[in-house]
Amino acid sequence: MDEIVTLNHGSGGRKTHELISKVFAKKFRLPEPLTDSAVLKFTGNKLAFTTDSYVVDPLFFPGGNIGKLAICGTVNDLAVSGARPMYISASFIIEEGFPLKELIAIADSMSGEAVKAGVRIVTGDTKVVGKGKCDRLFITTSGTGILDPEREHISTGSNIRQGDKLIVNGPLGNHSIAVLGARNNLSFSTPVTSDCASLNHLIAGVLEKCSEVHFMRDLTRGGLAAVLNELAGMTGWGIAVDEVSVPVSDPVRGACEMFGFDPLYLANEGKILMVVSSGSDAEVLDIMRADPLGKDSAIIGEIIPDKKNLVVLDTSAGGKRILDMPSGVQLPRIC
Amino acid sequence: MKYIDEYRDKNLIMRLADQIKKSARLDYTFMEVCGGHTAAIHRFGIPSLLPGNIRLISGPGCPVCVTGTDFIDKAVAYSENDDVIITTFGDLMRVPGSVASLEKRRADGADIRIVFSGLDALGIANLNPDKKIIFPGIGFETTAPGTAVTIKTADKGNINNFYLLSAHKTMPPAMEAIVKERVNINGFICPGHVAAVTGSAIFSFIPDKYNIGCVVTGFEPTDILQSILMLVKQVNLDSPEVEIQYKRAVTAEGNVIAQSQLKEVFEPCDANWRGFGMIPSSGLVLRKAYERFNAERAMPVSSMPHEENKLCICGEILRGSKTPEECPLFKKLCSPENPIGACMVSNEGSCNSWYKYRIA
Repeated sequence: MDEIVTLNHGSGGRKTHELISKVFAKKFRLPEPLTDSAVLKFTGNKLAFTTDSYVVDPLFFPGGNIGKLAICGTVNDLAVSGARPMYISASFIIEEGFPLKELIAIADSMSGEAVKAGVRIVTGDTKVVGKGKCDRLFITTSGTGILDPEREHISTGSNIRQGDKLIVNGPLGNHSIAVLGARNNLSFSTPVTSDCASLNHLIAGVLEKCSEVHFMRDLTRGGLAAVLNELAGMTGWGIAVDEVSVPVSDPVRGACEMFGFDPLYLANEGKILMVVSSGSDAEVLDIMRADPLGKDSAIIGEIIPDKKNLVVLDTSAGGKRILDMPSGVQLPRIC
Repeated sequence: MKYIDEYRDKNLIMRLADQIKKSARLDYTFMEVCGGHTAAIHRFGIPSLLPGNIRLISGPGCPVCVTGTDFIDKAVAYSENDDVIITTFGDLMRVPGSVASLEKRRADGADIRIVFSGLDALGIANLNPDKKIIFPGIGFETTAPGTAVTIKTADKGNINNFYLLSAHKTMPPAMEAIVKERVNINGFICPGHVAAVTGSAIFSFIPDKYNIGCVVTGFEPTDILQSILMLVKQVNLDSPEVEIQYKRAVTAEGNVIAQSQLKEVFEPCDANWRGFGMIPSSGLVLRKAYERFNAERAMPVSSMPHEENKLCICGEILRGSKTPEECPLFKKLCSPENPIGACMVSNEGSCNSWYKYRIA
């Protein structure tokens, strides 16, 4: 096979078939013959369905790559809705000239992550576009999962009550800082690795033992601050967050101090916010901490009555301030 | 984290807040001059720790906020040339000019890159010999020495495709302008990082000439509270002077090497401050020996005079005579998503800090 992807690979002819069968069908273990749609088996009353597109610069970063990200992201979107992720589709838009070796490495890690998460990649698509028409590689994954109707309230937060506790499953901001450090144009390096991970097993562990989970959301773009503000707006409650309790690792804090970033606004790819009833917080915390992906879980705040639906942060300094919705991406400061 | 946690120790903070409450028997208005202080004060929720008789107002020390619209317009004009790469600090990306921001220009396809220092920009110049690299240099005595070193490095390396668009400014003339306007201030929380370069002695004229105390302050909550306590005591004893709270970084004489680099490369010039207008000798322009790096000389561009939104009170906010909440645009037409005045654009702008952090 050629060393790079060419427009020919997207022509629909022999090269396209070669690419699909030798890279994607092989890595994702798609059953032959390849048909236009996957036929899926599922049982249960409700089906959860999600889709997400992935663009990241650089494609490979400490702790993962765009492929792993695409699987984890879709698995997590399903899992935080209370669903059991089952089937994934994966579409690739590839820039002409993209090294095949990298594409194989990406497909490999997608396959590995799918096995880990217990989901199957069952369908997909490939398009090759001319040089400069896309930034190397874009991936879109969609996913379906079985949703127990009793868990349908989780994604809307409709069962949230005053006094409910907020839990996160570990330190925030690692993904953002790892990607920032991996970008070649910045004279900055960091030992931080991305937290990119599929959290469906961690979440299933909690849901199996505890029926008092009132809300879950993964803390991706916009970070904790965005999710908390969405939650407050959605449910009409206020939220009190204790800054000291929010786990942030020292290297991430250090980078944030340097660039003037707030870790509460940074994107994560393996972190969730869970809202649970005040009586079950200790139990949930124990379950989460027993999982390697939740060993640093912490209770960070609670649901409070507030007419303005504000998210209020008790600062590390003992003061109080608003934790507002992020506006735009955080830009590094001058001094 | 070392060197951070010590200065954010809650018990220490509560003790300081308590001492301030006990000592504050008059009414006090203190101005934090530096945008870094404005951001820290609100980010840590300092106002909620202070008694009602201590008022903190923000001054003109956010470099983005005091930079005139014409400066952005010039950078935007340069970005329209195909052979130009604009290398800028991130803060400037969203500042609205009269027609566009650099962020919008980047979306239009202009080559605009965020850098962390002038030397990063110089690196880009080295890698792109067929392009002209424009570095919009803003900031006070804190960032200007870095630009000076960049210019000297470019000079030594005979780099002929690097240009500085300078809006560098110096702090004391603006502070004097505020005092002369008789804004009611009982003390200055002076910029710690400016003073790390200039030395604290640069502020001596304020107590000497105008009878107002100055405390050079660090950027952690304990620093800020300790400085407020020091200023309260100065007012109580009616003994204004320049004190250094931020002793771990600042001395009376400052960083002599940085000062000499600055002096070697730049000379004072009159400068336009947003909200103040022209302040004599408050800007920094390249000296004759380095003139070839001056973007405006090498590639003159013109910018149209720009009319500000008449309701915007950024000028008064920067002079400390009004607070963001007194502005009719604040939280209505003007927000971080749609900034009308410069104080809303920068993370260190007072409107932005009030919007993001302050519980009404």
